[in-house]
Amino acid sequence: MIPLSWYLVFSAALFSIGLYGVLARKNAVAILMGIELMLNAVNINLVAFWRYRTPQMIGGQAFAVIVFAVAAAEVAVGLALIISVYRRRDSVAADEIDLMKW
Amino acid sequence: MTTNLLIWLIPLPPVLAFFLIVLFTNRSKTLSHTIAVGAALLSWLASMIVIFQAINTDKFGLHPFTSSIPWLPTGTTYLRIGVLVDPLTAVTLFFVAWTVLMIFIYSVGYHNFGQPKGDHDRPGLQPHGANISDPQGFKHRVLSIEPMYSRFFAFIALFAFGMYTLVVSDNLLTLFIGWEIMGLCSYLLIGFWYAKPSARAAMIKAFLTTRVGDVFMLLGIAYLYTATGTLTYRVIFSQPVLNTLVNTSSGFFGLSAAALIGILLFIGTVGKSAQWPLHVWLPDAMEGPTPVSAMIHAATMVSAGVYMVIRMFPLMSAGFQPGHLTPPMMAMAVIGTFTAIFAATIAVAQNDIKRVLAYSTISQLGFMIAALGIGAYVAAVFHLVTHAFFKALLFLGSGSVIHGVEHGVLHTGEEIDPQNMFNMGGLRKKMPVTFWTFLIGGFALSGFPILTAGFWSKDEILADSFAHALPVFIILALAAFLTAFYTMRQITLTFLGKARTESAHHAHETPWTMTLPLVVLAIFAVAFGWSGINKEFPLLGGLLPNFIHDFVGSTLAELPEELVFSYIPLLTSLVVALGGLFLGWWVYRDYKAGEVDPVQKALGSVYTVLKNKYYFDELYDTIFVRPAVWMAVIFSSLWMDRKVIDGILHWFAHITGVIGSFLRNAIDKPIINGTADWVGDTTKKIGSLFRTIQTGRIQQYMILALVSFAAFSALFYYLLILAH
Repeated sequence: MIPLSWYLVFSAALFSIGLYGVLARKNAVAILMGIELMLNAVNINLVAFWRYRTPQMIGGQAFAVIVFAVAAAEVAVGLALIISVYRRRDSVAADEIDLMKW
Repeated sequence: MTTNLLIWLIPLPPVLAFFLIVLFTNRSKTLSHTIAVGAALLSWLASMIVIFQAINTDKFGLHPFTSSIPWLPTGTTYLRIGVLVDPLTAVTLFFVAWTVLMIFIYSVGYHNFGQPKGDHDRPGLQPHGANISDPQGFKHRVLSIEPMYSRFFAFIALFAFGMYTLVVSDNLLTLFIGWEIMGLCSYLLIGFWYAKPSARAAMIKAFLTTRVGDVFMLLGIAYLYTATGTLTYRVIFSQPVLNTLVNTSSGFFGLSAAALIGILLFIGTVGKSAQWPLHVWLPDAMEGPTPVSAMIHAATMVSAGVYMVIRMFPLMSAGFQPGHLTPPMMAMAVIGTFTAIFAATIAVAQNDIKRVLAYSTISQLGFMIAALGIGAYVAAVFHLVTHAFFKALLFLGSGSVIHGVEHGVLHTGEEIDPQNMFNMGGLRKKMPVTFWTFLIGGFALSGFPILTAGFWSKDEILADSFAHALPVFIILALAAFLTAFYTMRQITLTFLGKARTESAHHAHETPWTMTLPLVVLAIFAVAFGWSGINKEFPLLGGLLPNFIHDFVGSTLAELPEELVFSYIPLLTSLVVALGGLFLGWWVYRDYKAGEVDPVQKALGSVYTVLKNKYYFDELYDTIFVRPAVWMAVIFSSLWMDRKVIDGILHWFAHITGVIGSFLRNAIDKPIINGTADWVGDTTKKIGSLFRTIQTGRIQQYMILALVSFAAFSALFYYLLILAH
């Protein structure tokens, strides 16, 4: 059986790729995709720990399902925001969206 | 209805009329005067019933009508108030009821009821007259109705209430209440035409001068109450109480309590009845409408003063032995006699028809006071009553004269004083009713023999003073001579001879509302004298019973003896009356317009002194009024108020200002404000320092967050794990 650490390494790698995407990409859609990768890395972590540590309880799985639901909602809101910004500013580049400055 | 209840009700109608008029009917002139005259009529009716029953009561002096109720609880006892009608009250009530009723009726005509409204009459000023045009198109200027007609009737109704209350009350407290109500009403009515500065000055003068007397009177009442514990006459006049008062020393000038109380009360009368030295207000009271002058001079106010001393006579004379006057009686005899001659001399040099009468009132009141001072109780009462009738008659008559002349003034448009006798003359034909009644009144005032009431009462006083005090007799006889002289001077100047001005030529008899009271009062001015004829008088004595002596005398504990008849005072009074009248007529019979007053020619500089009333007004002005004004204006207002008190206040304000600006400049601005400003500035600086990292780029924030997270993680890792 594949040891737990492999999953953890994989999930860490996936999280790092997602993080890099979030920090480095200009396209806001790509940043959203990076966030999805990070969320799914967390999900892998949750499910792996559940399977290896407390398989008799259902908490890990339930938690992962809630994360999916939240991620779906977040993507829906995020994409809506991006479309709205795009309509106003004709761009989805993250470093051009600097409205939060003082 | 029992008599006692009726006595309680006598003062009520006028006061009800006052409130009705003031509160409800003052817009309707007809309704207002109907209510007032109706109230006077009711009181008159009640008074007449009471008097009738009093006369028909046997030994009325011993069994007067009295009734009283407990009023103010004072500790364990009560202050009782009540009514008392004894012979003195009955006689007073008689003349008060008649004169008041007549004055009320007269006022209707005097204030020109039924005449049109004046074109530019204003409340507070005498009516100026109105322009009307008759059917033929001729324009006339006629008398106009008084603008404050209803108010006048309200005030005199209250005045009558005060007098009735005073007369029927059985104690000094309610007497004093009535007394003060009259003081108020005289103030209001003397200043009835309040827009005239002279009327305002006169009202204040009358109020303040009588107030001087009233303060002393109140002291007397207070002392009496302290000494005896009661203010009811019948208790005070009981022999044990009087004896106690006579035997108690007051501690002032060696006077007994009775003497001091008597003198204090008498000072109240000096103010109210205008005796010297408080006489100054009465002539100025002529500023009021003429019915008010009659009201003050005859029916109510000054009579009230004399009534009070007559009422308190048992107290004043307590300890009296023949030939030895008590101190209050001595004071009354001296002041009364002096006032009688003093005012009579002034009256000789006055030109205003009403002022002559005013001084004659003062003089006649002096007669009464002097009579009382020498113990001539009945004579004083007799003269009080006859004087009330003929003086009311004279005042109303003079009002009628003025009214008639004013008519002429409006008709001709002349600019003359309608009250100055030198502008009149020849009114005999123009105003016959006024002339004849005025003649009767004037003769009564002079003491024209046999016919007039004034003769009998004045003769009684002279006879009494002849028997008891010769100096008083001589001075009073002289005063009586002057009285006859100035009365005839007045009659001659006003009615006899030829008209000296166009206005007098066009004078007109007054309406019946004014002449009817004159006629009624003239009847009393003649007939009332017959009730007091001495039994021993030659020929006439004994034809009629000496009613006044028996009836009024019975008020006192012991009936005073009737005087032994003597020819000397009788002859004296005949000579002075007829001589004065003749001289007055003789001197002025040929007086022509524009000539110097013959009296002035004869007296020279003395005339100037008399004309100016011995400069008493100027004297009081210098002694009392100016220092008071100086105290108020210069001392209190200018120095004390503005300089001292304001100065201290301003100094405090200044010092407070200095302290305040020091605190502001030394503490508030640098320390408190500085700290607050520094906090604000620093916060701002830090803010602008940090705002440079606010780029608004989400990814930079995230990198920053990540770096910080990593750095903190490393720090915690080091602190928590590697350090152990």
